[in-house]
Amino acid sequence: MADTALTAPPRSPLSRYADRLAATTRTSRGAVRLAELPFLAQLNVRLDAKGGAADAVGLALGLQLPLEPNTAIRAGELTALWLGPDEWLVVGPPGSERDLETRIRAAVGEEPVSVTDVSAQRTTLLVSGARALDLLAHGCPLDLHPRAFGAGRCAQTTLARTQVVLVARDEPGAGFWVLVRSSFASYLTDWLLDAATEYI
Amino acid sequence: MLLIPCPWCGPRDEAEFHYGGQAHVAYPADPSALTDEEWAKYLFFRANPKGPFAERWSHSAGCRRWFNAVRDTSTNEVLAVYRAGEERPATFEPRPVLPARPAFEDEAPSGPIGGPGAEPPDRTRARPLRFTFDGTEYQGVEGDTLASALLANGVIAAATSIKLGRPRGIFSAGVEEPNAVIQIEEPFPEPMLPAPAIELYDGLVATSLPGQGRLATTPDPARYDAVHDHCDLLIVGAGPAGLAAAAAAADSGARVILADDQPTLGGSLLGTGELADWAAELNTRLDAAPDVRILRRTTVFGYYDDNHLLAVERRTNHLGAKAPQNVSRERVHRIRARRVVLATGAHERSLAFADNDRPGVMLAASARTYLHRHGVLPGRHAVVFTTNDSAYAAALDLAASGVAISAIVDTRPEPGAWADRARAAGIEVLPGHAVTGTDGEARLTAVTVAPYGETTGQREFAADLLLVSGGWNPVAHLFSQSGGKLRYDEALGTFVPDAGRQAVEVAGSASGVFDLAGCLAQGAAAGARAIEAEGYTPEAPRLPQVPEQPQLTPPMQVFTVPGREGAPRFVDLQRDVTVDDLSRATGAGLRSVEHTKRYTTAGTANDQGKTAGVLASGVVAELLGVDISALGTTTFRPPYTPVSFAALAGRDRGTLSDPVRTTAVHEWHIEHGALFENVGQWKRPWYYPQDGEDMETAVLRECAAARDSVGFMDASTLGKIDVQGPDAGVFLDLLYTNMMSTLKVGMIRYGVMCRPDGMVFDDGTVIRLAPDRFLVTTTTGNAATVLDWMEEWLQTEWPELKVHCTSVTEQWATVALVGPRSREVLGSLAPQLAVSNDDFPFMAWRETTVAGIEARVCRISFSGELAYEINVSPWEALALWEALHEAGAPYGITPYGTETMHVLRAEKGYPIIGQDTDGTVTPQDLGMSWAVSKKKPDFIGKRSYARADAVRPDRKHLVGLLPEDPGTFLPEGTQLVADSVLPAPPVPMLGHVTSSYRSAALGRTFALALVKGGRERIGERLYAPVGGRLVPVTVASPVLYDPEGARRDG
Repeated sequence: MADTALTAPPRSPLSRYADRLAATTRTSRGAVRLAELPFLAQLNVRLDAKGGAADAVGLALGLQLPLEPNTAIRAGELTALWLGPDEWLVVGPPGSERDLETRIRAAVGEEPVSVTDVSAQRTTLLVSGARALDLLAHGCPLDLHPRAFGAGRCAQTTLARTQVVLVARDEPGAGFWVLVRSSFASYLTDWLLDAATEYI
Repeated sequence: MLLIPCPWCGPRDEAEFHYGGQAHVAYPADPSALTDEEWAKYLFFRANPKGPFAERWSHSAGCRRWFNAVRDTSTNEVLAVYRAGEERPATFEPRPVLPARPAFEDEAPSGPIGGPGAEPPDRTRARPLRFTFDGTEYQGVEGDTLASALLANGVIAAATSIKLGRPRGIFSAGVEEPNAVIQIEEPFPEPMLPAPAIELYDGLVATSLPGQGRLATTPDPARYDAVHDHCDLLIVGAGPAGLAAAAAAADSGARVILADDQPTLGGSLLGTGELADWAAELNTRLDAAPDVRILRRTTVFGYYDDNHLLAVERRTNHLGAKAPQNVSRERVHRIRARRVVLATGAHERSLAFADNDRPGVMLAASARTYLHRHGVLPGRHAVVFTTNDSAYAAALDLAASGVAISAIVDTRPEPGAWADRARAAGIEVLPGHAVTGTDGEARLTAVTVAPYGETTGQREFAADLLLVSGGWNPVAHLFSQSGGKLRYDEALGTFVPDAGRQAVEVAGSASGVFDLAGCLAQGAAAGARAIEAEGYTPEAPRLPQVPEQPQLTPPMQVFTVPGREGAPRFVDLQRDVTVDDLSRATGAGLRSVEHTKRYTTAGTANDQGKTAGVLASGVVAELLGVDISALGTTTFRPPYTPVSFAALAGRDRGTLSDPVRTTAVHEWHIEHGALFENVGQWKRPWYYPQDGEDMETAVLRECAAARDSVGFMDASTLGKIDVQGPDAGVFLDLLYTNMMSTLKVGMIRYGVMCRPDGMVFDDGTVIRLAPDRFLVTTTTGNAATVLDWMEEWLQTEWPELKVHCTSVTEQWATVALVGPRSREVLGSLAPQLAVSNDDFPFMAWRETTVAGIEARVCRISFSGELAYEINVSPWEALALWEALHEAGAPYGITPYGTETMHVLRAEKGYPIIGQDTDGTVTPQDLGMSWAVSKKKPDFIGKRSYARADAVRPDRKHLVGLLPEDPGTFLPEGTQLVADSVLPAPPVPMLGHVTSSYRSAALGRTFALALVKGGRERIGERLYAPVGGRLVPVTVASPVLYDPEGARRDG
């Protein structure tokens, strides 16, 4: 039986929505661009920012852990998001979670650090296009104007009736990442597609 | 919506936070050393001061940090925030009280806006629109309101009054309209709309109303939505003051929102015909300004904490049937403004004279508005009745456009320069006179006047229009809602904004400045001050020249006017409340306008007394013989104008009304016919009926499969928390009643969590992954609460513990594989796993691959059967589920839902926290003394078990119940009594049924119940009142199936 084990490709929380997201992107003629970025590696890292561990992790990953609240730092394919004064989310390309965990654990040595693979805990929606901000403003109470939430800002907040991690991507016009708990992903996507009605 | 400053994330909406009660109540160092009284004090006693209060808050939807805040409990103002572990600040500054209208130089003397205005618009050049009112087709023009279009067609009587059925006419030209409240029939029915606020569109069908509207019987097909807006400066109202404020702020770089309820900017200027060019030019400039947003057709209707304002924008109403379907009909704006300038204008008020409600009686400035804005004359022969200068400009404008003004009746003995101007225009002015009566049924035909206060010397004028001005009330609604106080201004004879604590200024006539030059100057100054305070540099806008006005004569304060014997003098037209009604109220001993309002209903109609409120206060003051300033006004509450429920609901309807959480296998459940149960926000398969099965049959079949062969269930919704750190064991020992630190890596332990009061709050399993790492599961509905609970203890009480908690609920999908054949099914898919009982014992876990998928398999059972919980990545959960389905097929593997799970666990006496417990149940009550450590020096709840209350012999215990008739089903919640005959009330209750099922394995019904002294009653007969009869039941052990536990190992 094991020899005939299924080798089905992994299914992301929003795999069923791919067509509808693409259709909205198309019919809005770019006013809103919606897509799932599935399977990104996501590691929750907890450590004492006052100790040497933060720097050690920074060196090991080539990516400084941001110390300023609600900011993100990107280096190459890796992004570190500030989630709390002792908590970060390190986001990397699909499949890199084990390697990242190993590197982080090796870097900190004996210092108490918690590393938790949460790659499947949330999925990532890309929300961009000229009306991206308007789309999110339908349900996000934060001020997302570039002056207040420009490149390199991130925040844990609410969008519609669910909690999200919002990231302002660091190229102009590149829009936002919306990280949402997998169990809420269908609801939030239904909500976003409905909110986009006016732009298509 | 308060804005609470998180010490880490900065100001965020209150909805992101979670309240944690009084701060600085430390967990006692040694609870066992406390007396019962001291412990009870810690548990139950908290301060409840009026004023500053230190509280715990958690930024639960943000950085998850607990912190402390000092909040003034009387104003809700957050005075200070500081991090957990920091000292409460010794001093803090409450927000200063700010004047609504800072004094500014060269303040002009106040008077009515404007002189004679420009030429009225030419209706013949506007696009015609067809509409139907009360079954008659009419034609109006683009730019009309329903009211102006009716007036243009000679229709003024647009309603009958609610109580008395008197004919009523269009009374005003704005949202303050008390009379012409109509019903729209097409394109979609909508009740109770003021005709002057309805923009006319082609095909509008409306009917007049006898006071009450009619809701649609079909669902509204239109979209409604909401947006969050942010700005440095919100200006409410685009009249002269609001426009001047916007002009000052427009090009500064500050983000400005200018909201106005009309389709065109200009406010009162539209009604007076003044400065039209300036308004148009400014309009173009503001439209082009990149940081200015103009919200037209937008009513700001609520002013809440921390400059949070709600507005409703009517986006497509005016398009009628042509409204595009993908654009929301109305939009609610939730505006967070750093500064606010309220330039909301003023409402003219009426006077309480005899028969003052006939169609044809109209507010003077409103008649002027119909002329200048719409090119409509509301009548041909008018009498003007006033107490102040403002009605003169209306009279002169209307006269110039062809209305015959028979007389201006002014209560003031010496009306001054404006009267001279009227006389110069050939209009008779009657100083020191008043209107004492009117005539006419469907429409006004005559007006009787006499010297003010006298009954002799009457004169009668034929007239179809009586224009009234009893003075002006600043529209102070929003300012008052913001927490601002009003004061009575003797000179103006009305209530004006005084001072408040929010960052708001009031400008223009809303602040009691009634002359045009003053409004412009004050608006510009307010706009400049606001953006300067936000760090921007204002410009001095070019303000238009205002023509020289006649010298002003102060208004006279008049509320009631004596008149014709027995004729009603209406105060609130919409509620049909008269001076006599108010007199009865004061006669009954009422001394407050809040009380007379409720006694008479004056001011409670859907116009909320905009034209009647101050008049009612004035009348009551006269009746009581006190000064109106001592009475004040009634309270202003949101919304300023009625807002439809549809707009407030927005898109939070149907499937979007509340999030639905689903697992990775959800689609399979749907495809296989599952019915779902809501557990928290999760949709969990409830049971899977097969062709025509009812619930009972399906559940019995599913139960039998799990007991006799093999079943499987999606258990992914259980909360999962990763607990890591060198002190993880110490921490869990404090949280759980039983010992967790002794658990070996590779093993699993069931645990119970209690509140400090000793009551069970959650339960679940704890898996030891590594010496410094555990995985904790929680009940489905309690995952977030448990994580919050852990963080609260770690962050506020035990910050020295090196532990971190991370939610991994969705990181893992979990499938429970249950039944005597489960080992075979698992074994066939997990060739590397030694599945025998010796190799893989109960309460152990193994890492392996199942169907080629990396998995953590736990031997846990919630049914008493041999069972496994297989945890995999949710990305591969469907593949695992389908592999199990296939591999189990030879054994008839059966998917089962929560109902079967509940039956199986109840047969074994396993409680469900939240169903069999209710926050008053201890582990001992549940018969789980074995899970309460005697060895640990302390854990949360331990001290409470030594309280006298915890060891009462009559505490309710969880027991089984067997109805004597094995077919009788006891509804959950059924009470239990001792005797077969009910005694006279009060009937002593022994307990109640918490869970009740039909059991395939037992071949009968059974229940779990909480019963006083239940364990001592096992074998006793009790009675359950069900449907009017007393059902005999026998108390039993809660473990009804396989009490010796023989099935656990297969």
